[in-house]
Amino acid sequence: MSEYTDSSRTGRTVGLVEKKTFTFAGPPDRQRLESGSEIGPVTLAYETCGTLNPDKTNAVLVLHALSGDSHVAGYYDPRDAKPGWWDTMVGPGKGIDTDQYFVICSNIIGSCCGSTGPASINPETGKEYGTRFPVVTIGDMVEAQKALMDHLGIDTLLSVIGGSVGGMQVLEWCARFPERVRSAVPLATTSRHSALAIAFNEVARQAIMADPNWNEGHYYSGKKPDMGLAIARMIGHITYLSDESMRLKFGRKLQNRSALSFEFGAEFQVESYLQYQGKKFIERFDANSFLYITKAADYFDLARQYGSGSLVKAFSRCRAKFLVVSYTSDWLYPTYQSREMVKAMKKNNLDVSFCEIDAQWGHDAFLLPNDRLDHLMAGFLKGVSDEIE
Amino acid sequence: MKLSDLRYDLSIIASWIEPGSRVLELGCGEGDLLHWLKKEKAVKERGIEIQESKVEKCIEKGISVLQGDINEEIEDYPDNTFDYAICSQTLQQVFEPRDLIHSMMRVAKRGVVSFPNFGHYRVRMQLALTGRAPVTKELPYSWHDTPNIRVLSLLDFQKFTEDAGVKIYKQAAINTTGNQRQGRPITVLPNLLATYGIFLIGKE
Repeated sequence: MSEYTDSSRTGRTVGLVEKKTFTFAGPPDRQRLESGSEIGPVTLAYETCGTLNPDKTNAVLVLHALSGDSHVAGYYDPRDAKPGWWDTMVGPGKGIDTDQYFVICSNIIGSCCGSTGPASINPETGKEYGTRFPVVTIGDMVEAQKALMDHLGIDTLLSVIGGSVGGMQVLEWCARFPERVRSAVPLATTSRHSALAIAFNEVARQAIMADPNWNEGHYYSGKKPDMGLAIARMIGHITYLSDESMRLKFGRKLQNRSALSFEFGAEFQVESYLQYQGKKFIERFDANSFLYITKAADYFDLARQYGSGSLVKAFSRCRAKFLVVSYTSDWLYPTYQSREMVKAMKKNNLDVSFCEIDAQWGHDAFLLPNDRLDHLMAGFLKGVSDEIE
Repeated sequence: MKLSDLRYDLSIIASWIEPGSRVLELGCGEGDLLHWLKKEKAVKERGIEIQESKVEKCIEKGISVLQGDINEEIEDYPDNTFDYAICSQTLQQVFEPRDLIHSMMRVAKRGVVSFPNFGHYRVRMQLALTGRAPVTKELPYSWHDTPNIRVLSLLDFQKFTEDAGVKIYKQAAINTTGNQRQGRPITVLPNLLATYGIFLIGKE
């Protein structure tokens, strides 16, 4: 997903929030992973906004995309230049209304944003895990998030909401813990990666692993594979846009010049944009985390995991009421992939709503301010809340 | 909400629906009927609507709705998923109405179909007196831009159901006024005097 949108359009905000952490699976316990490996202790970073009601029926779990973190809304410090990544959606009177709902945003295992991941210290060696960190899956991420919900004393979630890789976690929640999810909003996501999506991820990973500084993943005491990670991010950004959005945003415009230079510097605006995104990303993200999380996304396959290859069978486990949203110009997870899910849900008589939002901004559209998505979200959540009363 | 809050033709349909039933509406627009049925008759509602902006309005009301083409979307539902499948003022825009009605009979125990009556005297008069394709309040388009590609009269539909092996359980011929909000039943010469027909149908 793209860099965060700058600020709320309404000026309303949840205000100051704090980064919290929860650690579990400490000795003698370990979290058993889908690969068969075990890991412990496990820390998850999370953020909460709003107030949990006495019946604990208003909890909404928000799950972030590939490069996101638990900082979903508000500010850590009044001097922060930017609020959390989904401040346009999460806040008082917004699509996910923090006056009504208790919002939890959880980070994921494998991340470098406060949770246990390859950059964390391996208690057995006293050094960073690096690539000794076990390969984790979307299922492992959700299993850890469930431990966080247990810790918070939340038995049933009013809704689980997320886009892109966050949407995969949403689907996994619905299949893995059907009794704990009342409703779900998978946005701009898929039940499994297409070959196209895997291909982009693989090229991105190869860029990192081909960086001489990568050193088989053990680079924490020396130079980091910044160039590889920056290129990986640039590839990602191409997939988050669309032909149309690139045409509108950049066209063939040149950056800070009026004529071609006949050199290999960044001349076109699109080149300059990608390089800028790459540079910004290396300041905040760990290359190994990128490898692990993209791998988890590539492995994710709801039909294989829960339906012996049948998506219809996979959804037969689910109980949640769904709102599925796709975007017309998303070529990473095109609408047909959302429709496949909707079809499988219908065949199981699940309560599902579906909307394809007309947007020119490609996959990234789900993160951009959009009245339509705000209205869909608010209406859907209110409908689910009303059914409880 | 009162029954009279609904558009007149929808209020008749609403009065036919049993409380607590499962209802699918094909081409549900902004979801007025389903919303009313959900609130007042506690139905389990599903809508299908092709226009994104209308889908938004439905979901804002808390109604479950799918954006898509009714002919395609209806196919995914298992047999007898619903008690009623409603197709309100949409049949005349469907390319294969026979297939759609058969699909409605497959997914639901009962169907409700309503459409503007092309046998109304004003339609007949226009064609007879001006020699041109009729344009009325109920069918307000010109021949070249109309979505209503399957205009039919009440008699046409009755004949169609006989041929298609579908039984009519109830029917209402109505005349509406004031942007369709008000109306009254037509009992005398309905095929000549009614602007709309509404039918409750089922498998024989």
